[in-house]
Amino acid sequence: MRGRLHNPIVEGVSSFLVPFIQIFALYVITHGHYGPGGGFQGGVILAASMMLLRLTLGEEYEHRTFSPKLAGIVAAVGILIYAFAGLVPLAWGGNFLDYAHLPIPGLSSAELRYHGILIVETGVGMVVWGTLVTLFDHLIGSEP
Amino acid sequence: MNWLTGVILALFFGLLIYAESDLPDSRAVTAPARARVVDLYIERSYPDTRTPNIVTSVLADYRGYDTLGETVVILTAGLAVSLILPRNSRRG
Amino acid sequence: MMRFAMNYYDLMTAALLVIGLYGMVGKRNLLKKVIGMNIFQTAIFLFFIQGGTKPGATVPVWDPRIASEAAGYINPLPHVLILTAIVVSVATTGVALALLITIYRRYGSLEEATILERMRKSS
Repeated sequence: MRGRLHNPIVEGVSSFLVPFIQIFALYVITHGHYGPGGGFQGGVILAASMMLLRLTLGEEYEHRTFSPKLAGIVAAVGILIYAFAGLVPLAWGGNFLDYAHLPIPGLSSAELRYHGILIVETGVGMVVWGTLVTLFDHLIGSEP
Repeated sequence: MNWLTGVILALFFGLLIYAESDLPDSRAVTAPARARVVDLYIERSYPDTRTPNIVTSVLADYRGYDTLGETVVILTAGLAVSLILPRNSRRG
Repeated sequence: MMRFAMNYYDLMTAALLVIGLYGMVGKRNLLKKVIGMNIFQTAIFLFFIQGGTKPGATVPVWDPRIASEAAGYINPLPHVLILTAIVVSVATTGVALALLITIYRRYGSLEEATILERMRKSS
């Protein structure tokens, strides 16, 4: 149903732009502490780069770049990262999702919460990324 | 648009305008929308978490449990779509 | 009596809500109903965010010139709630569109009257 667009301008421009879009998405995720951004926004930009590849390069390339099964695995790993960031402090003497008791040596309590927020935002970004790519694949790729 | 739809919409619009006059002025200092906990979040965000962005620290640290539940909601939506519309694995 | 000197944020919110409700109730095509739901959700987001501003305050990012003074930053809680709500609305629209595709494949049309007629004929 979706073939490859044999148009050199479209394929060339989109293949050139996708790495920059992904680096920008990583920037948005990691700089959520200092400005607007965070996990949700960066995950959506990552999913948009995958959708661009699927629209311009067609179906036969999607198993080489980012297969639909990998999207499901990424979403599941993201929510597990979030859950473990909540459960590990339980074993080290804190409450659930209490980042001040994470077992990273040599950091003060405020810096532990900083890193806890970063871990959690990465998990959320992976969940949004995997889920939006899954939504796109199943809405477009199911044949009657 | 038939007359029943028009009547419903006009009633809804009138109800919204009537209810708007009863809203507290949220830009005032003593509004109930500005609960005391918001001032605590703003004051304690940087000393507690060293994160300049207060929205991120509230979303992921002070209200992290709600964000966990909401992430599960997103996963459930993806799961529902993958069960309603299965991909056909035939390539033909 | 009602005040008529309302500020225009609430009037715009009410207008968008009425447009969204018209899309959901007054249109007979199922896809237009989904679009009306999205317009309704967008109106709610805008209403929440504009309700959290303060006069003379800046964005809730730590600024060393304002330090910890709570009156210098706008309310961050509506922004947090709406971040969540936007992504949930995307997921809801995805599921709604998946259901629409299934209905179209089963009944061959997206008009309400045609679908009901074909459902009655097939049962």
